[in-house]
Amino acid sequence: MTAVAAWARRAWDHDLAWRFRHSPLAILAAALTLACVGGAVLAPWVAPHNPFDSASLNLSDGFTPPAWLAGGRATYLLGTDDQGRDVLSTILYGARISLGVGLAAVLLSALAGVALGLAAGYFGGRLDAFLMRVADIQLSFPAILVALLIDGLARAALPRDRHDAIAVYVLVLAIAASGWVQYARTVRGSTLVEKGRDYVLAARVIGRSPLAIMVHHVLPNVMGPVLVIATIHVATAIITEATLSFLGVGVPPTQPSLGTLVRIGNDFLLSGEWWIAVFPGAALVVLVLAVNLLGDWLRDALNPRLR
Amino acid sequence: MSAPLLEVRDLRIEFPTRRGTLVAVDGVSFDLAPGEILGMVGESGAGKSMTGMAIIGLLEPPGRVARGEIRLEGRRVDRLPDAEMRKLRGRRIGAVFQDPLTSLNPLYTVGRQLEETILAHLPADRAEARRRSLALLAEVGIPAPESRLDHYPHQFSGGMRQRVVIALALAAEPRLVIADEPTTALDVSLQAQIISLLRRLARERGAAVLLITHDMGVIAETADRVAVMYAGRLAEIGPVREVLKSPRHPYTVGLMGSIPRLQAGGKHHAPLVQIEGAMPRLTAIPPGCAFHPRCPRRFARCDAERPEPMAAGGALAACWLYDGPRR
Amino acid sequence: MTDRAASSRPLVRVADVGRDFDVSRPWLNRVLEGAPRLRLRAVDGVSFEIAQGETLALVGESGCGKSTVARLLVGLYPLSRGRVEFDGVDLALAPPAEAARHRRRMQMIFQDPYASLNPRWRVRDIVAEPLRVLGLAATRGEERERVAALLAQVGLAPEDAEKYPHEFSGGQRQRISIARALSGNPEFLLCDEPTSALDVSVQAQILNLMMTLQARLRLTYLFISHNLAVVAHVADRVGVMYLGRLVELASAAALFAAPRHPYTRMLLDAIPDLEMSGRPRTPVAGEVPNPLAPPAGCAFHPRCPHADARCRVERPALRPAPGGSVACHAVEEGRL
Repeated sequence: MTAVAAWARRAWDHDLAWRFRHSPLAILAAALTLACVGGAVLAPWVAPHNPFDSASLNLSDGFTPPAWLAGGRATYLLGTDDQGRDVLSTILYGARISLGVGLAAVLLSALAGVALGLAAGYFGGRLDAFLMRVADIQLSFPAILVALLIDGLARAALPRDRHDAIAVYVLVLAIAASGWVQYARTVRGSTLVEKGRDYVLAARVIGRSPLAIMVHHVLPNVMGPVLVIATIHVATAIITEATLSFLGVGVPPTQPSLGTLVRIGNDFLLSGEWWIAVFPGAALVVLVLAVNLLGDWLRDALNPRLR
Repeated sequence: MSAPLLEVRDLRIEFPTRRGTLVAVDGVSFDLAPGEILGMVGESGAGKSMTGMAIIGLLEPPGRVARGEIRLEGRRVDRLPDAEMRKLRGRRIGAVFQDPLTSLNPLYTVGRQLEETILAHLPADRAEARRRSLALLAEVGIPAPESRLDHYPHQFSGGMRQRVVIALALAAEPRLVIADEPTTALDVSLQAQIISLLRRLARERGAAVLLITHDMGVIAETADRVAVMYAGRLAEIGPVREVLKSPRHPYTVGLMGSIPRLQAGGKHHAPLVQIEGAMPRLTAIPPGCAFHPRCPRRFARCDAERPEPMAAGGALAACWLYDGPRR
Repeated sequence: MTDRAASSRPLVRVADVGRDFDVSRPWLNRVLEGAPRLRLRAVDGVSFEIAQGETLALVGESGCGKSTVARLLVGLYPLSRGRVEFDGVDLALAPPAEAARHRRRMQMIFQDPYASLNPRWRVRDIVAEPLRVLGLAATRGEERERVAALLAQVGLAPEDAEKYPHEFSGGQRQRISIARALSGNPEFLLCDEPTSALDVSVQAQILNLMMTLQARLRLTYLFISHNLAVVAHVADRVGVMYLGRLVELASAAALFAAPRHPYTRMLLDAIPDLEMSGRPRTPVAGEVPNPLAPPAGCAFHPRCPHADARCRVERPALRPAPGGSVACHAVEEGRL
């Protein structure tokens, strides 16, 4: 117990924790992110209704305005959509998909990018040249396009129902593929620096294998910027997924994400039922903003030169 | 006996940190006469660079002069506003720092940097400034100075760059030059050239030099007097010959003994004198004399009262061993 | 276990080694600008031997190639030319397993105490790394004991094993480096400027420690330094390097009492006179030329007061002289 307490004490006193406690922006951003993530994770328990249970839906409840407007009802706090689904509940469930896809994509992207960056930086030579040219070529395409490309290929290759079943995974892969380059480049740069340092030379003299040196010596020292990139990348990934879903090429309509909700609501925006699009859109903005702010703060806090 | 050019009295430099106040320099006092070269020597963390920075007004916040006075030609300079300080820098005080790569602006030619300094501080027009820059480059020993005026810093070798930095420091004809580790980044053969240049120019122009270094050899070659710093305090100060040949303060004795000498002539001789332990952290300086935990000659008084520099032979040493009759 | 060298054969023998670095601009730039390939001869035809238990020092100014020689010996760079023999075995020709086995008998200590320890590792992992790689400790307990013993040997406490490098001063980090180097029971230690980044009083502690360890553990040292005074304290023999070449090789006593090569004399003269004896000194001339375009003939001739026509075209070979060997035409011809 005391070991944990000692560790907790050290963590609390740590420079980063101190900066966090003294930055109102960071605390606000973290609180918002936590609220969004909490809501999404606990959706089955927190949401007032289950919007995906067709049995519980009541078509006559459709197009109910938000509770504070005329015609609204307390049980549908933010109104309902055309099918009678509670907007608040769909936001909570939709956030699940958005966050899930976003986090999974970032994880995959970071893993691939860091591994490739380490290899390129450490081995140099032709491997490095090849990987960096691939990265350069990919960077000349907008990320969305890359994701669209992969998604489109999958759709063309697989029959409709098969595709629907694994659509989420394809989406994660597509977004991951569009984002690995930034990790690879950063890690490659740091690896080039660390590779020449005396402690790596010492490990070579001791006789460690290149793989052991990369994983045990270099990796811990290049991970810092990766954390910052990943945090901001979560926001980008969520937006990318939302964009693809909005375009109709993201998640299947049976598991709508925030982007899908915005698309659905888009049709009714000008005919008066604005709440079907605006609230999911606002939720998306708040989530992405909170994560972005947190990432920005982290980057500044970890930058030794700004101290 | 002319009035001192620089007077430092009871200087105290503090750094407030989250973990308490760090005292980088604690009650240091010394004078510098016009045309004199005073060496300030000590190991890392002893406070010598801080003292130089404070004199030239380049202490980085949150570091600040908490107490004491610095007078240049009788005028107080430690609490001057920025604008006043900037006028002083260059005109009255010149600086030579350790790394010639970062002391010169890589984007401007050497000639431009010299001319700008001259124009900023001396009554001269462009043509005159250019003439003087040329003369300066020649004086510091740059061959073919006419063509070199229009070269960028990266086109000079390390030794040449440091010469340019010296020229820049002397451009506005300052009375005081602060040289902070001017030869540390150079090879030994270049070191010899640079320190002899510095000494010659200082003598010719009658400029006083505060030479800050960790290298006793450089002091022996260049300085008239030397001040030995330890943990932010003055341990010993006196004429170079006196302090180096007959050190009084036990720290200076240990320091001189630990310097390897060419005369050793190979392995199988006595081991170097070593001072046990290490310099204390500046946040945890021992009470009384800062050196007493490591001192082979300490006695009861040393951990209770802090000694001020007192007469010891031909120098001043901050050590109770020299307080009146033997104890 | 380790097989200690036979007493007659030198432990380390270096024959005519050379190392070139390709410092050409990238391929695309070369094609577009028509620039040639640039080769830097960092080490050019260096030969020496080190007997067991001896300390050979290599001195010279920055860029002379002394650090490169150390790295060639330990295998961090491949040889461009020449041969390295350890205990009679040519390391480049031996089968990989045997070469690796011999390589383990040598270790290296680096100059920068702040870069030579992995900042994310605890001291116990840093010091135990060779133990683990070589399989010298069967259990965790044994490993812990060994690490504690090594730390004690270099003057640190067993509790220091749990700390991180940033909690230590420069001198203490060098001690940790030494402990790590000794943990695999090496016979030969390459020390690349081990005290250059340390304060003078800390340097004295570390040098004394290294001398004590050498006597107690019967180690052989190759000591690289730019500081001739330090070398005067630790070396049995001294090699002076200039622009990748060995210009003089002599016993320490002979070198310091009667230096032969003009560059050695210049180096010794340039050292500040701490004794303040006021000895007459020849002023130092010029700077080290660009290693990419070394002077023809003797590399030192542009700065040498004794250079003649032969020096400008013919590179002098290392020839025996009283006390050691010198590569200088003037010495060979008796002009000096």
